[in-house]
Amino acid sequence: MRDVTNHEHDGIESVNDSAEATPATGVPRAISRRDALAGLVAVPAALVLSPEAIERASAHAHDALVDQGTPQQGAAKETPPAQPPVRAPYVPKNFTSDEWRLVRLLVNYVIPADARSGSATQAGVPEFMDFILGEYANNRQWMKDGLAWTNAECRRRHGKGFVSCNDAQRREVLDAIAFPRTAVPEMKPGVDFFNRFRNMTASGFFSSKIGVADLGYIGNRPVAKWEGTPVNVIRKFGL
Amino acid sequence: MPQAAARTQSPTVYDVAIIGSGAGGGMAAHELTKAGARVVMLEAGDMWDNTKDSAMFKMPYDSPRRGASIPDRPFGEWDACIGGWNIPGEPYTRAEGTKFDWWRGRMLGGRTNHWGRISLRFGPDDFRRKSLDGLGDDWPITYDDVKPWYDEVDKLIGIFGSIENLPNDPDGIFHEAPAPRYYERLVKQTSDTLGITCIPARLSIITKPLNGRAPCHYCGQCNRGCMTNSNFSSPNVLIFPAMKTGRLRLITNAMAREVLTGEDGRATGVAYIDKTTGEDREVRARIVVLAASACETARLLLNSKSPRHPNGIANQSGVVGKYLTDTTGTDVAGFIPRLVDVPRHNADGVGGGHIFMPWWLDNKKLDFPRGYHIEVWGGLGAPSYGFMGNIHNYPEGGGYGAGLKQQYRKYWGATVGFSGRGEMIANDKSFCEIDPTVKDRFGIPVLRFHWEWSDHEYKQVKHMQETFRGLIAAMGGEVWSQMPTREQGYGIANGGAIIHELGGARMGSTERDSALNSNCQAWDCDNLFVADGAPFVSQADKNPTWTILALAMRTSAYITQQRKAGAL
Repeated sequence: MRDVTNHEHDGIESVNDSAEATPATGVPRAISRRDALAGLVAVPAALVLSPEAIERASAHAHDALVDQGTPQQGAAKETPPAQPPVRAPYVPKNFTSDEWRLVRLLVNYVIPADARSGSATQAGVPEFMDFILGEYANNRQWMKDGLAWTNAECRRRHGKGFVSCNDAQRREVLDAIAFPRTAVPEMKPGVDFFNRFRNMTASGFFSSKIGVADLGYIGNRPVAKWEGTPVNVIRKFGL
Repeated sequence: MPQAAARTQSPTVYDVAIIGSGAGGGMAAHELTKAGARVVMLEAGDMWDNTKDSAMFKMPYDSPRRGASIPDRPFGEWDACIGGWNIPGEPYTRAEGTKFDWWRGRMLGGRTNHWGRISLRFGPDDFRRKSLDGLGDDWPITYDDVKPWYDEVDKLIGIFGSIENLPNDPDGIFHEAPAPRYYERLVKQTSDTLGITCIPARLSIITKPLNGRAPCHYCGQCNRGCMTNSNFSSPNVLIFPAMKTGRLRLITNAMAREVLTGEDGRATGVAYIDKTTGEDREVRARIVVLAASACETARLLLNSKSPRHPNGIANQSGVVGKYLTDTTGTDVAGFIPRLVDVPRHNADGVGGGHIFMPWWLDNKKLDFPRGYHIEVWGGLGAPSYGFMGNIHNYPEGGGYGAGLKQQYRKYWGATVGFSGRGEMIANDKSFCEIDPTVKDRFGIPVLRFHWEWSDHEYKQVKHMQETFRGLIAAMGGEVWSQMPTREQGYGIANGGAIIHELGGARMGSTERDSALNSNCQAWDCDNLFVADGAPFVSQADKNPTWTILALAMRTSAYITQQRKAGAL
C-alpha cells in the first residue's frame, strides 16, 4: 500500500496556495494596511502576501454578537443611566429576563456614556457577558449569585429590587460595594461580586470598537519603520 | 511490538525519518534535504501555514470572545499554537506530591508557533558548569564546538540584538534591534542606577530582508503567527523551504508510537497511528531522528522496546527520562505612578520585549548557584479579554461611573512587570518514566512525572522576587502582591509551566551515564539521533530554542558526513 493519504503534503504546491482574492473591507485606519504593506521592502513575489490576504486576516468574524453602536458624543456627566431602549430583539441565552434588565442597568452604572464615548450597553457589554457565560461556565454561578445578592440587598435597604429602585437608592447600594478597601465586612459578598462584574464590564467595553477608540489604541497594524518612543512621551516622563 | 501484523507498511525506504516538526525537526529536515537526503517527517498535529492561517491584525472586537483562551489555545483564541498542558485523550500522570504540567504543541511547527522568539546562545560557562561549581554535569562539547552552528543559525533564520561583549552571553550575527518603548526606557534607566545589566533583546525577528522574507512590520502580534514570515517559526522558515527541494514528505496527524528496530538492534523506521483513520502504519528509513520535544522523545525511546533494547532504545545506561529540567520562573508586576496618562502612541513594536537583562551577578557572593535573566512587560497593547483586571487595586480603590471610566484611561500603560527565567540544576527527583498502567487514546503508554525543586531553585526565585520588587520600588512604583513565603515556594512556577523542558536523553562522553554521544547519536543504536531538547545536559539561564537549532544543524551535518563516508 502507498503511504499517501489525503492529509499528506508533497512539495510546494500544497503548502503555498495563492491567496484567494476576497474583497477588502474598508476598516478605517490612519494608514491603510495596503499602503503600509506596499511600503515594506520588496521580497520575491512568491513570498509576498497579497494585500487582499492581509485584509482578509482582519475581515473575518463579523458574526460578532454585538451591534457596536455609535459612540455618543457630548453626553452628559454622571446622570442616572436610563433603561436603554430595546433595540433588535436580542434574547439572552444565559440570563433570565429579570437578570437581563438588571445587567443592562448595572453595566451602565459601571461604564456610562460620557463626552468621549458611549456607554457599556452601547458597546454591547451585556451581550458580551451573555456570550462569556455561555462559553466559560465558571462565570455563571458568581454572576447569578451576585445579581441575586444585589437585588436582596436593595430589598433589605429599600424594599424593592435594583431595577425598581430609584437612582439614589441604587447608588447607595453600589457605594457600599464598589470600594473594597472601605467596604464594611458584611458587604463582602457584594464586594466580591462587584469586583468581578466591574472586571467583566471593562473587558467587554474596552475591547469593543467603542472602547478601543476611547482608549486611543492605534497598534496592531503594519508600521514601515519603528521609530521608538515619541519625543513628547520621552519629555513628559523624563526618559 | 504491538499490532505489527495489522500495521500498514510503506514500501518506500526513506533516507531519514524525522519525528516532530518543531525547531529541531524543522532544522533537520531543512539541512538533510538540502544535502540531498529523501526525508519523511511525522507530525502529530495538523497542517499550519502562517501566511494563510494566522490571525494577525484581528482586532479584539472581531470575535465575541475578545481574544480569551479556548481549550486548545490556552494563550488566547488567536495564539498560533494549538496544544496546551491538557490534550483530550493524551493524558500524563504525576507521582504523588508532584506538581508538573506538560505542554505539548499539536500542529506543524510545534512549539515554534508559541514561543517568545527569545533567542539566546548558551555561553562558554553554560557547557561546563560542573567544572565551575561542582553541580550537575559538564557537556561533552564546548561553546567553541557549537559557535559555528550558532553563526549559521543566525544567518539562516535571522535574529536582532546588539554587540555587548559579555563573557557568558555571546554576541551573534545580529540585525538591528528596535528602539525601546517608553516603559522600557524607564526600566533601562532604573537598571543602570541599580547596576543591573540591561541590553536590547535578542529575538528571532528580522529587521531587514533575509532569504526572501520581509522585515518585521511591528504589529506586535508575533504570537499569532506572522503572515510575512518576519519571525521564526519552523514551518514557514524551515519546512516549506525544505519541501521546495521535492525531497521532503510531510505526514501530519501522525502520532508516533515507537522506533522500530531490526534483529541487529538498528532502527528500521517508525510505527505511528494515522489519527484521521486510527490505522496503525509505519514508515521505513535508514536513519531515524527524534525531535518530538524532550519528554515526548524520552517517552518514545522508553516505549521502543525490543530484545536488543529491553529497557527501551538508547537506554542501556538507564538515563532516559532522567536529568529532566525546566526553567525556573516567577513574575512580579507593579503600578508606576510616574507613567500615568501615557500620551497615546503606537507602542506595540515587535511581539516581545525590546530589552532584557541577562544574568549580571557573581554567584560567589550569593547563596544560590546559577543565574536567571529578566524579561520585561508593560505598555499599550491591544485591549482584550481581561483588560486591566482589578482596577480597585489602583489609588482610587474602585468605584463606578464616569470617574471609573477615567481611571481606566489614566492608568492604562502604567503597569510594568518582570519575569525571571532561571537555571534549574538537574536532580535525581525530577524525571519522567512510563506509567505502568495508563495509556493514551491510541493505546500508547503515557509518561508519569516526578518533580522536586531543590533549595537552589527556591533561593534563586526568592532573589528574583526581591530584585523585581526592588526595581519597581526604584521606579517609584508599588507592588500589590505580598512577597511570597518559603511555604509558597517564593512564587516559583510549577515545573513545566515555563515550557522549557530539557534533558531526558542527555548526551555525554561515556555510554555509562548518557543516552547519546556528543553528536546526539544513540550510543546503542548508531542510526538513531535526537534533535530536540532531550540531549541537553544542563538548562542555562537562556531560552533553549537557539541551542536546539544549532545542535540540530550540527547533528544534521554529522549525519550527512557519516552517510557520505559510508558509515551510516
